[in-house]
Amino acid sequence: MPKEHIEEYLEAIYDVAGRDGVAKTTEIAEHLHNAPASVTEVFQRMKQKGLVRYESHKGASLTAKGFKTAMKMKRKHRLLEVFLDKMLHLPSEKIHDQACKMEHTLTDETETALCKTLKGPVECPHGSPIPPCNLDVTNCQECLAEQTLALEKREKDIISITSLKPGQKGKIAFIQGGKGVIQRLCDLGLTNKTSISILRSAPLNGPVEICVRGCKIVIGRDIANKIFVHTEG
Amino acid sequence: MKIDLVVALAGNANVGKSSIFNQLTGLGQIVGNWPGKTVEIAEGVLLHHGKHIKIIDLPGIYSLSTYSQEEIVSREYIALKHPDVVVNVVDATALERNLFFTLQLLEMGTPLVIALNLVDAAKKKGITIDEERLQQLLGAPVVPTIATKGIGVHEIIDAAIRQADRQSQLNKNVIRYGPEIEKRIEKLDRVLEGIDIGYPPRWTAIKLLEGDSEIVSKVGEKHPDVIVAANILAAEISEIHKEPCSNVIASERYAVAARIVKEIQISQEPKKPSMSERLDSLSMHNVWGYVLMFTIMLSILMFMSLFGGWLSETLRNLFESVNPHIAGLWPDLAWNGGVVGLYATLAVAIGFILPFYLILGVLEDSGYLPKIAYLMDRPCHTIGLHGKACIPLLLGFGCNVPACVGCRIMETKRDRLITVFLSTMVPCSARTVVILGLVGAYVGVQWAIALYVVDFMLIFIIGRILNRLLPGVSVGIIMEMPPYRLPSGKVVLKQAWNRFKPFLLTALPLIILGSIVVEAMRITNVLSLISTALSPVTVIWLGLPAFTGFLFIFGVIRKEAALVLLTTAAGTADIRAVMSPVQMVVFALVIMIYVPCIATIAALIRETGWKNAALISFSEIGLAVLLGGVTFRLLSLFM
Repeated sequence: MPKEHIEEYLEAIYDVAGRDGVAKTTEIAEHLHNAPASVTEVFQRMKQKGLVRYESHKGASLTAKGFKTAMKMKRKHRLLEVFLDKMLHLPSEKIHDQACKMEHTLTDETETALCKTLKGPVECPHGSPIPPCNLDVTNCQECLAEQTLALEKREKDIISITSLKPGQKGKIAFIQGGKGVIQRLCDLGLTNKTSISILRSAPLNGPVEICVRGCKIVIGRDIANKIFVHTEG
Repeated sequence: MKIDLVVALAGNANVGKSSIFNQLTGLGQIVGNWPGKTVEIAEGVLLHHGKHIKIIDLPGIYSLSTYSQEEIVSREYIALKHPDVVVNVVDATALERNLFFTLQLLEMGTPLVIALNLVDAAKKKGITIDEERLQQLLGAPVVPTIATKGIGVHEIIDAAIRQADRQSQLNKNVIRYGPEIEKRIEKLDRVLEGIDIGYPPRWTAIKLLEGDSEIVSKVGEKHPDVIVAANILAAEISEIHKEPCSNVIASERYAVAARIVKEIQISQEPKKPSMSERLDSLSMHNVWGYVLMFTIMLSILMFMSLFGGWLSETLRNLFESVNPHIAGLWPDLAWNGGVVGLYATLAVAIGFILPFYLILGVLEDSGYLPKIAYLMDRPCHTIGLHGKACIPLLLGFGCNVPACVGCRIMETKRDRLITVFLSTMVPCSARTVVILGLVGAYVGVQWAIALYVVDFMLIFIIGRILNRLLPGVSVGIIMEMPPYRLPSGKVVLKQAWNRFKPFLLTALPLIILGSIVVEAMRITNVLSLISTALSPVTVIWLGLPAFTGFLFIFGVIRKEAALVLLTTAAGTADIRAVMSPVQMVVFALVIMIYVPCIATIAALIRETGWKNAALISFSEIGLAVLLGGVTFRLLSLFM
């Protein structure tokens, strides 16, 4: 029996179950558009795997193990819904079905990254709460702070010279652009690892004046934007 | 004349090649403190200890992997014309960057002499250079010079003569690349055996690895397999270094240059910012820089119109006072045609043209022009150009011809075409003569300024239209900023004279001849025939007096002639008696834009081809006639 099939059933039980935690076979059959006979069959299998407690006339309820997996799936599903809504701006009626398909292939690592990128959302676009993760952190802030720190560090390491303040120095990391322009900049001494400093920049995204190998050179903003440096000091 | 030796001056932009050239040959190459002045090769001959030595002044070049048009000119000359000796002029204040090019010359195996220029400026900056050691390292004689003062320039020639005899001791081994690169150069060298494209094989191999388009196409024509081999080797180098092969090679050259500089140069960090740097923080300031620039421009215009108007009026009166009032056909022809033409021309030339060239000389020699390029880069983007375009446009205020040629500093064909077109719209000194001498003097300075404003608006609008019409985008500015320098009076005067001289030699005789012709045509009534023929445009559409028709034709030859001949054609010295203020404004407006003068058209043909030259000329005629007619109707409403 495929893994995603079981995961769907776990979620269905979680959704349908009443206060006593029990989901009736007929209710699940209706929910998943399946025949009651096949539902019974699946329940039997899940019982064997220790995911549910099952009594033939009463219905099925989740075990601790089943509950954990169901919560995990709910979490993935709702995070994906937020992602599809907020980041990809998909129409709301398509979000649920798409998330249903994606959730089964989402690894835990991707799930964590998704949560961080979405800045730890608390509920899905439909208003249902997103279950918390099982990571070793006390709260979301701690996790997010770590995330921003890593991002900042990465960005701080290599920035465009147009982000340098006047007087600040940097060592050239790489230059993007056409072959001719890069060649010219190299010929003027802007080779990799060369130390350069920015002297001033003209208003309204005008050109910048830099100092490299003791020479002053004015470079247009569009070209300067693509010169990246490691900052110094 | 038998030439004993050919010596070419080569080096980075703005290091003093043209100054050395002028010192040696006594000729008047345009000099000034901004990169890109020299765009064409200049030649002169020097007699040195009984030897005739041909001196070649090449445009500035930063690297043999060329970027702009004038650099290609230099490279082809050095590589293919095989001058006996190349004098590499280097800027002692920026040795590392300059040596980068020196190393490439050594690599090519050119017989070399190093002229270590600007040693005075270097000393002032706290830089001491061990010339002996530099000479040893490069294996080429090093001559310290101060070009502007003529110090060391003749020693360069002595060294060049010696160098031409024995070239073997050049240190060609000064650059050894990393083993991974050397191995591949060697491989390619072997592949290149027997293939001669006029360049040394090792150098060709390096250039192929760098992917130099010129060399690739030259070799690839007959041996496409060599290019394939080179590409594979280059890709291997890129793979090792994780950056393009050409960058790897440039980095290694710079590493060698830096090592040499470290060994031979002691430089003390200056404790306080130099005068030039303090001036920079004002003249390149985000607010004050622009305020200063507009103040300078406006003061020049005001000075020209007030001082120039006064001077030319005074001169005219001076000449008038000696009018002998002779009667008769021949004396009339000689006096009214010839002499009046002469003094009227001299009056406008000395009043307007000479002062402007003096001011331009100061701006150029001080190093202010590149600052304008910096300040105006962003505004230039709105018309699809970059800041460098301002320089030819500014030169256009003097004369459109050097402006058109100067557009070669623009890197792409598209930018060049737009800048050339716009620079023909800049009111040159001849047009200034008409605007200030007619409108400024008789209608009011504010109207003269209004005409300038209209012209600048037209330049802006046409720039925007061209930017839309022509495909592609501007590459963006990359320009060296030279430090400020106290302008040398001698250089400024000489420069102004050099620019003024062609005016005296070509314009003056033409205008005098023109005056005589006009006078003769007036007497024989031919003038009125031409004027009648043109009257549908001049009289009916533009609302001008009939006699102006001929002036428009003559104005194509020299635009200032339109003003000088105005009095002759009108038959009276008092223009106010025959033209209303509105007519003067319309006349000046049409003269200002209607067509580039014949010399500019010739330059246009040379720079952009027949088709573009015709297109530019005719569209400007159309624009001038259209605007002139509209202006006439508008101004008639309230003037």
